[in-house]
Amino acid sequence: MSVIEREVQGVQSAWRGFKKGKWMREVNVRDFIDNNIAPYVGDESFLAGPTDNTVALWDIVSDLTKKERDAGGVLDVDVNTPSTIVSHAPGYLDKDKEQIVGVQGSAPFQRTIHPFGGINMVFNSCKAYGFDLPESIVDMFTTIRKTHNQGVFDAYTTEMRAARKAGIITGLPDAYGRGRIIGDYRRVALYGVDFLIKQKQNELKSLEVDVIDEDVIRLREELSEQVRALGELKQLGEMHGFDISRPATTAKEAFQWLYFAYLAAVKEQDGAAMSLGRVSSFLDAYIERDIAEGTITEVEAQELVDHFVMKLRIVKFLRTPEYNDLFSGDPTWVTESIGGMTVQGATRVTKNSFRFLHTLYNLGPAPEPNLTVLWSEQLPEAFKKYCAKVSIETSSIQYENDDLMRPIYGDDYGIACCVSAMEIGKQMQFFGARANLAKALLYAINGGKDEKSGAQVAPEFPAITSEYLEYDEVMKRFKPMMEWLAKLYVNTLNVIHYMHDKYCYERIEMALHDRDILRTMACGIAGLSVAADSLSAIKYAKVKPVRNENGIAVDFEIEGEFPCYGNNDDKVDQIAVELVESFMEMIRKHKTYRNAMPTQSVLTITSNVVYGKKTGTTPDGRKAGEPFAPGANPMHGRDKKGALASLSSVAKLPYEHSLDGISNTFSIVPKALGKEPEIRKNNLVAMMDGYFGSKAHHLNVNVFDREQLMDAMEHPENYPQLTIRVSGYAVNFIKLTREQQLDVINRTFHGAM
Amino acid sequence: MLKGRIHSLETFGTVDGPGIRFVLFMQGCLLKCQYCHNPDTWSLTDGKEMTLEEVLAEIEPYLNYYRTSGGGLTVSGGEATLQAPFVTELFREVKKRWNLHTTLDTNGYNEGPKIIELLDVTDLVMLDLKHIDNEKHIKLTSKPNDRMLNMAKWLSKEGRSMWIRYVLVPGLTDDEQDLLNLGRFIGELNAVEKFEILPYHQMGIYKWQELGWSYPLEGVPSPTEAEVQRAYELIEEGRKQAVSAIS
Repeated sequence: MSVIEREVQGVQSAWRGFKKGKWMREVNVRDFIDNNIAPYVGDESFLAGPTDNTVALWDIVSDLTKKERDAGGVLDVDVNTPSTIVSHAPGYLDKDKEQIVGVQGSAPFQRTIHPFGGINMVFNSCKAYGFDLPESIVDMFTTIRKTHNQGVFDAYTTEMRAARKAGIITGLPDAYGRGRIIGDYRRVALYGVDFLIKQKQNELKSLEVDVIDEDVIRLREELSEQVRALGELKQLGEMHGFDISRPATTAKEAFQWLYFAYLAAVKEQDGAAMSLGRVSSFLDAYIERDIAEGTITEVEAQELVDHFVMKLRIVKFLRTPEYNDLFSGDPTWVTESIGGMTVQGATRVTKNSFRFLHTLYNLGPAPEPNLTVLWSEQLPEAFKKYCAKVSIETSSIQYENDDLMRPIYGDDYGIACCVSAMEIGKQMQFFGARANLAKALLYAINGGKDEKSGAQVAPEFPAITSEYLEYDEVMKRFKPMMEWLAKLYVNTLNVIHYMHDKYCYERIEMALHDRDILRTMACGIAGLSVAADSLSAIKYAKVKPVRNENGIAVDFEIEGEFPCYGNNDDKVDQIAVELVESFMEMIRKHKTYRNAMPTQSVLTITSNVVYGKKTGTTPDGRKAGEPFAPGANPMHGRDKKGALASLSSVAKLPYEHSLDGISNTFSIVPKALGKEPEIRKNNLVAMMDGYFGSKAHHLNVNVFDREQLMDAMEHPENYPQLTIRVSGYAVNFIKLTREQQLDVINRTFHGAM
Repeated sequence: MLKGRIHSLETFGTVDGPGIRFVLFMQGCLLKCQYCHNPDTWSLTDGKEMTLEEVLAEIEPYLNYYRTSGGGLTVSGGEATLQAPFVTELFREVKKRWNLHTTLDTNGYNEGPKIIELLDVTDLVMLDLKHIDNEKHIKLTSKPNDRMLNMAKWLSKEGRSMWIRYVLVPGLTDDEQDLLNLGRFIGELNAVEKFEILPYHQMGIYKWQELGWSYPLEGVPSPTEAEVQRAYELIEEGRKQAVSAIS
């Protein structure tokens, strides 16, 4: 049999029963989905519970989780082997019971080292958790092989270093993998690796052009690396006894093939967020076919989902304790986007959308995968209600506005990390962490001097010396300060991503993208509500700075009342809107690396605590060191008119000027949603329909009592799976630092008295 | 211009009437309930004066939520009927402009005929009965219960929709005979669409402390689930007795 014949045969058997389309001739997963998924508008009554094997495997995971916690957060590190796609021998939870196999290291819960982002991070992480990184590895990535981190610091300017140190720009991915890139892992299941290699080889060939300039050279090298990575991906399958060069022929194979692709990505990269994309409804097509052919039952289908999700739950990276301050609770952002609608108006909800959410019952609540429902008013009612039920019972889902994003990204986008939408396989971002707007305001007042250290970080603009702060004068100083920050910020990101592409390129993730992609430069802001309330205080009350001996305003006396962001009062909400718009305009002025499209987010992860620590007293009355509100949230306790007023303020922030997402975390006590379960569901659905109907972007929904969290602080052993949503992701509450636990508890809980 | 004295407002109320509701808390109350969790609403002079238009402007942004959830506007307090003219105008306007469902949360201290205009624009009355035993009522609230019971009977006679709510406090409002009697009283009423027990909680203590007052129920626990269940059963038993006595 010739190669061609064999190929055609393989494909015929793999694609049997699927509706034909463009997807058969080109890599086009979206077209496959369009033609082959079965929208489901029914309710959750078809769902199956966990099998005995699922329960047994989850017991193993729970036991390892406890051991890991008892060991101080890290159970095991393979310090000797830098992680690559094929570096580690296969590991298993229990080989006989697992439907889906493969772990990052050679055993589950073993963390691996990723030195290409930066050897310091690896060294410090090992040290912090009591592991010794061999001298030879340190030497290899210090004197022999350069890292991303080294490259960045070779190119950073004096000003960039100073800004980073002062914390006006924080969380930069300059010492580890940047993440926030979603490979289209579905391609491996649908086409098999050989097909994809051939496509990449064609792309390489298409770049045999007249002018071989820097851009072409870089892309040619990248494509060659991608082909190499795909070869390694095939090997990864072989090591586990699977031939993934060909397309998947069954649901089980589809899950496994797709998981191998994802596993290859997390073996190769330890990016801050390693998101999965939008796989559940794609996989449903395979399950439906197997069910129609009578080869699997609902119980078996759920088992596949449970075992797959279990693997996603135990993805782990080695991080330093400092990293944990920024991104607390060991998150990996295995974000899976569920639901949404098509551009033609059909729903993308399938039975598998339900099955994925149902893992929160079969395996109990968990922060990962980061289950993200793409909400549309048009979603099937039964699905909306099920989501509400799951939110109320597990606090493990976040919601993002499909009606807002679909017109921009189409109907095959996914969420990277928390709130970053991108078209799958066709778009990536350069993750840019965030700039501190509240601190920038203090710099404007203090003539560019840092209010904590006294150092001249920004250019020496004139400081404000009047007894009371005048709004117009403050704005006159603040605008140029923001301009300075925007310029410095974009330049800093250019350095970082230039070096990341050069020294820590995401080979396998990019192999699962098209050749020509849209890149975004994803900037971000922190301290929005603090800055807005501060400006409101200056405008509507009287604010008198208290200056230290060096003339730096270290405290503020506020006389009179002022409107606060979070009460649906345009007087202050419009200040927040203008801050978002104007900072975005400033960012847009600057040239970006690889001509990336500039965007920004209003998102803090858990860094709102660290940002607060690094920022002095602000004119809104927030004391030095106190946390900011997370993301786009109003400041704790200042939203006085109840949930809808608070939500309405956030909904005003313009998504078109914040395309990388606007995060809002909403916590409510169960009783405040209504008295009976059915009513609670209905009210939550109505709330989200209303909120997203007013063009809001994102909502984390937490439903629990503050007392429960306080008890969990005292008795963590009783709450191993207590999950809460923070800015854009979910965490095990007991894995948060005490400071962050208190921050969560102190936040506004909407509740009836 | 007609003004109301407002304590506070809640845009997402889900426990004071059907659906999602805008809840307006009026300032001022003549009762001094020992378990009150909002004693800062008692004073007749505190709070903030707002015009009708100002209040309407606070409601308007959220109409969509209230309509789609089958909710509406609830005026609570304090005691809403102390400012009956203002609340009447408010209800009239929200009906005229937006056809919104209106709920009046009251302790029943006012008299039906005196606030007839208000009741005519009220879709649902939520009547708090504090205690069925007059002596205990006086001890609990500083006033006798005759006017509250009259209000219930009047609403019943007029056939106006009402919910009755009762705060269950261990040791204070959970006596077996009292609960049976309460049930019997309710059983004789028409138009009671719903009866709800509100389990006592201590979340209002800090407000008493802020006002510099000693908390009369210091050390009194919230009722357990079982105690709430028992109270429901006793009241239900009383209702059945009353119904069978009537028929």
